[in-house]
Amino acid sequence: MAPRKSTKKPNVSAEELKAYYRDMLLIRRFEEKAGQLYGMGLIGGFCHLYIGQEAVVVGLEAAAEEGDKRITSYRDHGHMLACGMDPNGVMAELTGREGGYSKGKGGSMHMFSKEKHFYGGHGIVAAQVPLGAGLAFSDKYKGNDRVTFTYFGDGAANQGQVYESYNMAELWMLPCIFVIENNQYAMGTSTKRSTMSPSYWERGAAYGIPGEEVDGMDVLAVKEAGQKAVAHCRAGKGPYILEIKTYRYRGHSMSDPAKYRTREEVQKMRDERDPIEQVRSLLLTGKHATEDDLKAIDKEIKDIVNESAEFAKTSPEPAVEELWTDIYATEVPQEA
Amino acid sequence: MATEILMPALSPTMEEGTLAKWHVKEGDTVSSGDIMAEIETDKATMEFEAVDEGTIGKILVEEGTEGVKVNTAIAVLLEEGESADDIDTSTSAPEAAPAADAGNEAASSGGSEAPAPAPSAPETDTSPDWPEGTTLKQQTVREALRDGMAEEMRRDDSVFLMGEEVAEYQGAYKISQGMLDEFGAKRVIDTPITEHGFAGIATGAAFGGLRPIVEFMTFNFAMQAIDQIINSAAKTLYMSGGQMGAPMVFRGPNGAAARVGAQHSQDYAAWYMQIPGLKVAMPYSASDYKGLMKTAIRDPNPVIFLENEILYGRSFDVPELDDYTVPFGKARIWREGSDVTIVSFGIGMQYALEAADKLAEDGISAEVIDLRTLRPMDTGSILKSVMKTNRCVTVEEGWPQGSVGNYISSVIMQEAFDYLDAPVINCTGKDVPMPYAANLEKLALVTTDEVIAAVKQVTYS
Repeated sequence: MAPRKSTKKPNVSAEELKAYYRDMLLIRRFEEKAGQLYGMGLIGGFCHLYIGQEAVVVGLEAAAEEGDKRITSYRDHGHMLACGMDPNGVMAELTGREGGYSKGKGGSMHMFSKEKHFYGGHGIVAAQVPLGAGLAFSDKYKGNDRVTFTYFGDGAANQGQVYESYNMAELWMLPCIFVIENNQYAMGTSTKRSTMSPSYWERGAAYGIPGEEVDGMDVLAVKEAGQKAVAHCRAGKGPYILEIKTYRYRGHSMSDPAKYRTREEVQKMRDERDPIEQVRSLLLTGKHATEDDLKAIDKEIKDIVNESAEFAKTSPEPAVEELWTDIYATEVPQEA
Repeated sequence: MATEILMPALSPTMEEGTLAKWHVKEGDTVSSGDIMAEIETDKATMEFEAVDEGTIGKILVEEGTEGVKVNTAIAVLLEEGESADDIDTSTSAPEAAPAADAGNEAASSGGSEAPAPAPSAPETDTSPDWPEGTTLKQQTVREALRDGMAEEMRRDDSVFLMGEEVAEYQGAYKISQGMLDEFGAKRVIDTPITEHGFAGIATGAAFGGLRPIVEFMTFNFAMQAIDQIINSAAKTLYMSGGQMGAPMVFRGPNGAAARVGAQHSQDYAAWYMQIPGLKVAMPYSASDYKGLMKTAIRDPNPVIFLENEILYGRSFDVPELDDYTVPFGKARIWREGSDVTIVSFGIGMQYALEAADKLAEDGISAEVIDLRTLRPMDTGSILKSVMKTNRCVTVEEGWPQGSVGNYISSVIMQEAFDYLDAPVINCTGKDVPMPYAANLEKLALVTTDEVIAAVKQVTYS
């Protein structure tokens, strides 16, 4: 089956298209700024950028409803921005400051928002997959029709716990969408060098889970596929797998020289498939927006990102007392 | 406004690097993503991309320069309409990252403060577990444990039990006998044999607002799931700045049973006791199994509940009370004494109590403390007792290196050194994988005789 492409003439309003453009641009500019702050030594440790993969989260968030949950790996900044978390809080967590989502105690890989139903930000490859199935379990147990988007990469897709989760998710009909963000490289190992079964979505068939492959550089295709998966889960038909073919332009983390692929390969992807450029072109050729309209959006995004950087630089480091807080809860945090 | 391009840090540890090659020259225009330079670190040569768009106004560091400090200005980028003449190179002080000077202050509030000389005995909670006059009934550990879980499931709909063979089979060790009938398949859930997976699913369910009880058929199999227990369940509260955590119980038999060999006979007390974010209970008596299980289920944190297969069938007095709970962090003094303090927990208590009986025949009066929970640990009760007896022996089935007894010894040494009349002795299992042969297995376990010998050694009798 060929990757799902969006319908030729997109059935989408100008406002929607502009929103996707804006949301994807926010992620890209935010990540570029994060890379810059990393270079300045303001962000430490590991920092995994989402540049190139923006259409995946923006497309799927367009298919989500209030109360749906999401959980992902350590490449998590894009997911947080797409579900409406505050760029200031995300950037300040990257700089390890009091104003960050985890008060500076989590960092780039470990951020959460109860309010936005964002359950992390997990640093152990594939650990979020059973956790996501467990979130879906909690909704099924409570008897509501919410769904959980459980994101993981092509690297994580080879971990055993993914298949343990598939098995139980189908056995118990959990409303869980397993989203495989296939960016083709697990750190420096291409999918060709890590599996003889590179069609990840098909692996669900062994457990009876339906799935499909989606063009992850096309936000409208991702949204369409997301809507189909959500409908399946909400109807109580159990889990669904979306393998979204995407591409990360930057290295695995900031310290990755990316010698395992050619510069030309990256450049070709940027020139021909870029998700933001595709929407930009749809907006302009469809006369949904003028160059000036887009410039205004660019300016708005630039201001938001600059403000987040400023906030992240000026927010104080956490108080030393914070070292000793949040180790044990005294009461159960209430579900939002 | 002209923007300075700074020497980037390209890895978590990079402080300086070599500017190997410029791919742009003064006057070139660049846009976001264009390669500007190659920078060599000690690990790799990295391409350095432009973030902003503009024109290269001036190159400040020539290619081939070694030892360029991170954050040094290496070039100046001009925006539309600016010229190189606008560059004011005097403003090139790098923006420094904040110094990490907070650590020093914080270190002093850790757990290793210097002990004050001749400390006085700590205040401890010595209230009885149940009021005088309470009716008691004999009950096995197995029944008490089931009653504790069932009472909490009646009390709170969000509590459920999952694990291998917990429902239709009625529990591999019959702990969940009758629970499927009472609570139904929604709340008493048989899982496939997939410890890593179901521990993760249960932890996710706890994030989502439920209160799971996860039964491991034995804790040996929880090694398959230990990443989820520690990295996901124990650490999330901290990593989320207090926003979400995992109120849940991981329970099952721990330690040696009988003749099941090395892979099925390990005591994990010392392992789990080490983890901040977890609470660890390891009860001995039936009343504690019940009372601590109820406390564990109500606790808003992940609790490791270490049971023992050999104890499941033992009977003890259990109070007939509507809602009997035992607090965490409160040891039970089973026997008062004046010559030596024997500290134990879980099945180790059987050796401690037997030894105390025999020692009494020889005129040695042993005080026997059952810790009941290892995290939090009631070190106050240990210290108070040692300050009275001046001698201490610890008893456990686990291995000697990095044992629970080692930790207790260090606490006593730091807090009550001047009270000790003899070194603390740790009686433990032997430093070998558990053998299968009956005679060797007996030798590998801690014995009552070893506890007696240790007491005689510390009392010089």
